[in-house]
Amino acid sequence: MIAHLPVLQVLVPLLAAPLCAVVRSGRAAWAMAVVASWTSLWIAIQLLTLVLADGTISYELGGWAAPWGIEYRIDTVNAFVLLIVSMMAAVITPYALKSIEREVEASRVALFYAAFMLCLTGLLGITITGDVFNVFVFLEISSLSAYALIAIGQDRKALTAAYQYLIMGSVGATFIVIGIGMMYVMTGTLNMADLSVLLPQVSSSRTIPVAFAFLTVGISLKLALFPLHLWLPNAYTYAPSTVTAFIASTATKVAVYMLLRFFFTVFGPAFSFDVMQLDRVLLPLALVAIFSMSLVAIFQTNIKRMMAYSSVAQIGYMILGISMGSVTGLTAGILHMFNHAMMKGALFMALGCVMYRIGSVHIDSIRGLGKRMPWTMAAFVIGGFSLIGIPLTVGFISKWYLIQGALEKGWWPVAALILLTSLMAVLYIGRVVEAAYFHDFPGDDEHDLGEAPLAMLLPTWALILANLYFGIDASLTVGVAGSAARSLLGLGP
Amino acid sequence: MRILGLFNYWIFIFLMMVGFYTLISRGNLVKKIVGLNIFQTSVFILYISMGKVTGGTAPILVEGEAVYSNPLPHVLILTAIVVGVATTALGLSLVIRIKEAYGTIEEDEIQAEDLRR
Repeated sequence: MIAHLPVLQVLVPLLAAPLCAVVRSGRAAWAMAVVASWTSLWIAIQLLTLVLADGTISYELGGWAAPWGIEYRIDTVNAFVLLIVSMMAAVITPYALKSIEREVEASRVALFYAAFMLCLTGLLGITITGDVFNVFVFLEISSLSAYALIAIGQDRKALTAAYQYLIMGSVGATFIVIGIGMMYVMTGTLNMADLSVLLPQVSSSRTIPVAFAFLTVGISLKLALFPLHLWLPNAYTYAPSTVTAFIASTATKVAVYMLLRFFFTVFGPAFSFDVMQLDRVLLPLALVAIFSMSLVAIFQTNIKRMMAYSSVAQIGYMILGISMGSVTGLTAGILHMFNHAMMKGALFMALGCVMYRIGSVHIDSIRGLGKRMPWTMAAFVIGGFSLIGIPLTVGFISKWYLIQGALEKGWWPVAALILLTSLMAVLYIGRVVEAAYFHDFPGDDEHDLGEAPLAMLLPTWALILANLYFGIDASLTVGVAGSAARSLLGLGP
Repeated sequence: MRILGLFNYWIFIFLMMVGFYTLISRGNLVKKIVGLNIFQTSVFILYISMGKVTGGTAPILVEGEAVYSNPLPHVLILTAIVVGVATTALGLSLVIRIKEAYGTIEEDEIQAEDLRR
């Protein structure tokens, strides 16, 4: 049983998906999704403990030895990402019940959970696999189900948003396959560990830099790196609240993980940074993303859209950490993957509660909501503090390590920009707080709205408390992220 | 000779550019999907070409044949074809829903419709 945990990690949600589609009853499908996602979380925790205790786990799928068979290879980096993804799924599925009943037609609820489970399967698969073509297959499983999930949104703009994402996402995925094909032509292998041995021998050819370029663009499209982020704001704004919370906190993180895996494990830091000078591309784009998208977020009137632009800026922080290429920078980047998943997940879940009660997340429609939905808005405010990076929240820990990494490199202007953009986050979170707490409710007092249902509030608050817990005691997350960063740079655990 | 020898790869690049250009330049949502399809098909040709071994036969056991093409890229591309079919199916079903919701599948008209309300 324990020996087969790696494959069960993917199999459990994969088997839950058709079961959800078959039962046809929304509640039964939901129950199965909850069981599957909590089982995934349990497996992810087991795998992380095993990896931390005994080092890298290699699992041969179907008993075929690598490099011919598909290998699942779990080290600290992907064990940590597996934990992020399955933890967010485990928190969001209980929350989904009420939210989805409100936002999705009853006849489609069971199918919704089927697509949700497929998306989870894909994301876990990308993370766990040690085979580059398998990455593409799982990428498409997660993307196709994500397009469907976004299209379920109530507004008809959800359809065009999903369509736009489908086009851009497919182009990105196809670029990734081209890159993989070129690597295969030169080396004759698809196994990541094998590739990392064989690639340096052929890296002087012209094919490998071209493969590198295709992969960079393809993955950047998937992780919504500025200026390839155009699909993201609409997709996040018009998707159902549950979907936004899940995709915002996991899909882009997994794409960032792909970036790490390809450029550090497969190509190796020496080739990526010294020969291809990846940092010269990523750094300016990350800085522009952080600044411009924070600026755009300030002027948004739809709060979900505001958070979507803020997500693009936050992805900029992760890429900034990675482009430093140092242990501290990489630690900050990996740490922010975890921390951003928690804060953005919590923020979008709080917005989902607002959506449930008043059916809109426009900044004018939340006036006076601080008194009407005190728990929801308090969750939003604490999540917002975390986004800004106020001490005692996880956001502070990420920014602390990012600034440290920047100062280590002597990049004073970058450190200053991180502080400046945190102040910009104060502005946009402040706009929401001002509307919710310093304005009167526009409607009549007779018509009481009340708080969101407990089934939605509890998961939201669980994430908020996690934001505070890991903000106060960051030894676990920083320890794992640090050891992941060192193993990516080839410095031992 | 060099150009002829790389004939398949030229076709790959040509199809890729045709598909990509269609995808970017057309405002009709169905034409965009067609562009995406051509773009993905070009990659199939890339993979199939790389598996070919000069003078090789199909990778099955036959008396008297020792050289055969590499079956792995062909198998990989079977997967990619399935993915392509799924993407096209999903894309087209989205177009149908868009047509129902907006009454048009022209990008500029959809944008105008969104701005109007």
